[in-house]
Amino acid sequence: MRSLAQHWAIFRESRIGIAGLVVIVCFGVFGMMWPLMFRNVWDPNVYHPVVGFDPTMMHPAAPCRGHLLGTDPIGRDILAQLMFSTGREFLLGVLSAMISVVVGTFIGAMAAYYGGFTDAFFMRLADIVMLFPFVPLLVVVGSLVRLDMFSFAIILGFLEAFGGITIILKAQALQVKVRPYIDAAKVAGGDDLHIIRSHIIPNVLPLSFLYMMFNVTAAILSEATLSFFGVLNIDMSWGMMIHTAETAGYLFDYGRYWWLWLPSGLAITLFCAAFYMVGRGLDEVVNPRLRKR
Amino acid sequence: MALLQPDKACEPIVVVRGLTKHFLVGRGFFRKERAWLHAVDDVSFEIARGEVLGLVGESGCGKTTTGRMLVKLTDPTAGCILIDNEDVAAIGGQGMREFRQTVQMIFQDPYESLDPRMTVFDIISEPLNVNHIGTLVNREERVAYMLSRVGITPPDMFFFRFPHELSGGQRQRVAIARALVVNPKFIVADEPTSMLDVSIRTGVMKLLAELQEDFGMSYLYITHDLAVARYLCDRIAVMYLGKIVEMAGAEEVIKNPLHPYTQALISAVPLPDPAIRRDVPNIRGGVSKPIDPPPICRFHPRCPAARSICSDRDYPDLAEVSPGHLVACHILVAR
Repeated sequence: MRSLAQHWAIFRESRIGIAGLVVIVCFGVFGMMWPLMFRNVWDPNVYHPVVGFDPTMMHPAAPCRGHLLGTDPIGRDILAQLMFSTGREFLLGVLSAMISVVVGTFIGAMAAYYGGFTDAFFMRLADIVMLFPFVPLLVVVGSLVRLDMFSFAIILGFLEAFGGITIILKAQALQVKVRPYIDAAKVAGGDDLHIIRSHIIPNVLPLSFLYMMFNVTAAILSEATLSFFGVLNIDMSWGMMIHTAETAGYLFDYGRYWWLWLPSGLAITLFCAAFYMVGRGLDEVVNPRLRKR
Repeated sequence: MALLQPDKACEPIVVVRGLTKHFLVGRGFFRKERAWLHAVDDVSFEIARGEVLGLVGESGCGKTTTGRMLVKLTDPTAGCILIDNEDVAAIGGQGMREFRQTVQMIFQDPYESLDPRMTVFDIISEPLNVNHIGTLVNREERVAYMLSRVGITPPDMFFFRFPHELSGGQRQRVAIARALVVNPKFIVADEPTSMLDVSIRTGVMKLLAELQEDFGMSYLYITHDLAVARYLCDRIAVMYLGKIVEMAGAEEVIKNPLHPYTQALISAVPLPDPAIRRDVPNIRGGVSKPIDPPPICRFHPRCPAARSICSDRDYPDLAEVSPGHLVACHILVAR
């Protein structure tokens, strides 16, 4: 087992992981610029991402000096929307991924350690959750209850937790469970909770962390898809920006109104790709067979 | 009243009676027949206070299973184990906590028996930690003391190292320190030197013997190496396919083996001098698995001395053929 510094050295070797990390940091800086810009540079009446309106021009306006990425059909600044949404996408992705990984790790470890009924119950539950097509299911849920960003993140987190991540982490925990140091902990007098908490979970944690990265991607994509369908009670997000362009009928005139959908579409793609790339980089840390010799 | 109390010093620390473990093999949904692997079958022995009993036998003969049952890692199918006058099967709750402080185990593989994500301090203090013994300061002192006792010095240099930063010998010393940190009375040592390099093996063996003397503990020393058993153990029990076939003082077993299996085992130890010739017993076949064995002598298909009584009669019980020398063999007992 390696120390943190060695992990970092292996991670740094993987170009793909570093590239992803750089993109994520750029998005982070971009998102953090929003409150500064809104408070100091931009006029709140004009540049508010939801209720802003620029009365000086026709909308949608193409990119110009006042609006670097143009405006949308109802006169809101695209760049302001993009910046405003970045922070919330981070929140959504990280929150739902955290929930899914924390819950999934614990359930996977329990299922592996206890076996028997606990194992069978959670594995069948995972099968059922994985059988459900996510997006149609969430469309139904979204039309029944008003899902804001926060509750959506929680629902998504739990859906992911009881799905595939439980199975993957259970498989890993099974490998840990048969190691002699688990027997040694039993002989030392550790109870089940102690063994799960102090031995099994720390040893599956690298894999959990890896799946957290992939789950961020999944969460952002689900949000974008559902926002596009307009079933989420979210005032602004990257998905909502595409939704606005689509409902106003500007999506089909290919290149002509590119600034309405390209920035948000590109942001979703890049953001998801970045987390996926970091995941791939971490994969090389966790899974030594993938590493270059 | 004091006269009525049994003299504790004379009482054995471990009493094992009829210990049996059968594992179910080949269980299938559509298969009606079930087969049982008789890993340990009706094994009985005692270990006196301060004594080291060696359990010798080839791979798969049930040595480790016996050891695991003594520390309650595996539940026996039948039989009873008394450790320090406590019935191990009946232990639970608060008694379990005491039991874990009385009985400890040293594992075979020091590369696998230490959690790679824990520091040396966490590993050694874990038994204190989970049993809520002492304050953090006490534990630090205790761990430092144990580390210096097992020859890892200076102790505080090693507190925050991870197992991967230690050598094989150091790892096993850490594992020994961890087992001894709660002051146990009885230790099951499951081949603690077999995974170590020859050059450091004797060091660890000397340490084990030294600690046993200083702390007055008893060991059940599981090994396949007769030389190690001879060096460390007071008595040796030889196991074959789940049964003890011979049990006697260490020198007696090595110098005067009676059971044909023990003789074969000893003759398999290479001699350093090629000029010496010795009789090699004519053992047929190879070791099999005790799956649903008939209740006759397990060794008789391979035994050079086997006669008709061996296959006609039930399994021979351990019987004393000379003072302190027990053998399970129809022919030897009849003689």
